[in-house]
Amino acid sequence: MSVDVLSRPRLAPGCRMNEGSQQPRTLLMPERALRLNGPSLEIVERCDGKHTVQEIIAELQELYAKADPAKVEQDILGYLALLEKERALDFEP
Amino acid sequence: MTSAIANPLALIAELTHRCPLHCVYCSNPLELEARAAELSTLDWIRVFREAAALGVLQADFTGGEPLARSDLLDLVRAARTAGLYINLITSGLPLDESRLEALVAAGLDHFQLSFQSAREAVAQEISGTKTHAQKLRVLEWLKRHRVAVTLNFVIHRLNIEQLPEMLALAESSSAGRVEFANVQYYGWAFANRDSLLPTREQLTQSIDFLKKTQERLAGKIKVEYVVPDYYAKYPKPCMGGWGRKLMLITPSGDALPCHAARIIPGLSFENVRNRSVSEIWNSSDAFQKFRGEAWMQEPCKTCDRRTQDFGGCRCQAFLLAADATATDPVCSLGPHRLKVDAILGEINSARARPAPLSAAAPSADLLAKPAWLYRPNPS
Ligand SMILES: C[S@@+](CC[C@H](N)C(=O)[O-])C[C@H]1O[C@@H](n2cnc3c(N)ncnc32)[C@H](O)[C@@H]1O
Ligand code: SF4
Ligand code: SF4
Repeated sequence: MSVDVLSRPRLAPGCRMNEGSQQPRTLLMPERALRLNGPSLEIVERCDGKHTVQEIIAELQELYAKADPAKVEQDILGYLALLEKERALDFEP
Repeated sequence: MTSAIANPLALIAELTHRCPLHCVYCSNPLELEARAAELSTLDWIRVFREAAALGVLQADFTGGEPLARSDLLDLVRAARTAGLYINLITSGLPLDESRLEALVAAGLDHFQLSFQSAREAVAQEISGTKTHAQKLRVLEWLKRHRVAVTLNFVIHRLNIEQLPEMLALAESSSAGRVEFANVQYYGWAFANRDSLLPTREQLTQSIDFLKKTQERLAGKIKVEYVVPDYYAKYPKPCMGGWGRKLMLITPSGDALPCHAARIIPGLSFENVRNRSVSEIWNSSDAFQKFRGEAWMQEPCKTCDRRTQDFGGCRCQAFLLAADATATDPVCSLGPHRLKVDAILGEINSARARPAPLSAAAPSADLLAKPAWLYRPNPS
């Protein structure tokens, strides 16, 4: 499984963030819940079916300008692959 | 030790014990609660709010059959408004397409549909009802309305060789997850155990098949497999540890640390009609009883695995060793493993094996047919 950088990830049916007022921000899915903070939250908030993977990478590289851009890219691809394995993401063309 | 108790993550809401099916493996207690004793709509709504306030993230609506509650729509709406993620664990009836649509519109997040088999005849024998065709209809509606769905198959000696058919059913559906859950031996399943336990050979083949399947379907369908713990070397971390992650509320409002906890003598349970969810979680006797490690005996007390499996299941220890504080009898390090081995010995000796049930080749030997104890519907 490798992530296509031109695809647009979106949360799969049955996966959603908890309500905005609830802390900590958490990704809810069948039988599981993932606490999100920092980069993981920034990534998941952009999995809206509109951003391409490439755009998510670019936006986070800007947001974390002090970090090594190649490392940011690698981390994002790794995290998206993990969420895909959890069946938490669908990738739209 | 009362000071630092983490919040429960999920609330298991047994909305009713009523059920149109009569599954021989049903994990519900032998003493089912009556309709007249059930919590009201308003009681449940208060429970959802209290649970969410305590930090609970998810609610599993189960039973019995949750769809048998005529106020289910109100309960879904209220739990969702309280901020909970709602998982409906159901046999798929009574349901029609418009009720499904309404439930989803009210905020239902996920639908877990259970099947007894991929074959109508086996499903009928196991559930004591003709309900398989309805389940297939529900699958179609779920696909049409893009509802997140997990298929649940309870696995036992009569259907463990039909995993490929069940998988084909899952692949033809819109399910994102499929659970092959070997029967856990509580309640009605314990009563019917000797007709349900698979043989070692069956088990080995099934594990092999499912490993390959998991790889093949990675990223498409998440395939989960729960092995029968009687065949395992170490016990399962039952409920994620007693009073650590989950709280179960029975139809009449008793708060239990585990589905089967009522069978343990000497435990008394608080009721949500009298105490808040947070008080019960933090200080009730039943939740304190096996929390942490103080209750443990050797070998658990000094075993490295105790933080992973918490010494296994307290109810199983009571059922098999008549001592709820014993090491789970399935554990190969514990003193009671011999009892489990004796049970498996019986199952794996040729004598005990009934003819497998199949539509194509009906069993000639009627005497070998299991004498099922069917789960009844409570009053
Ligand atoms: C007790 S049922 C209640 C919900 C609903 N009536 C149903 O069967 O889907 C809850 C879940 O546990 C499964 N189940 C029932 N008895 C079991 C057992 N002895 N071991 C493992 N799973 C069991 C069912 O298939 C279902 O997914
Ligand atoms: S009898 Fe079957 S359908 Fe009914 S509650 Fe038990 S497992 Fe679920
Ligand atoms: S001895 Fe106790 S803690 Fe150790 S593996 Fe067995 S059940 Fe678990």
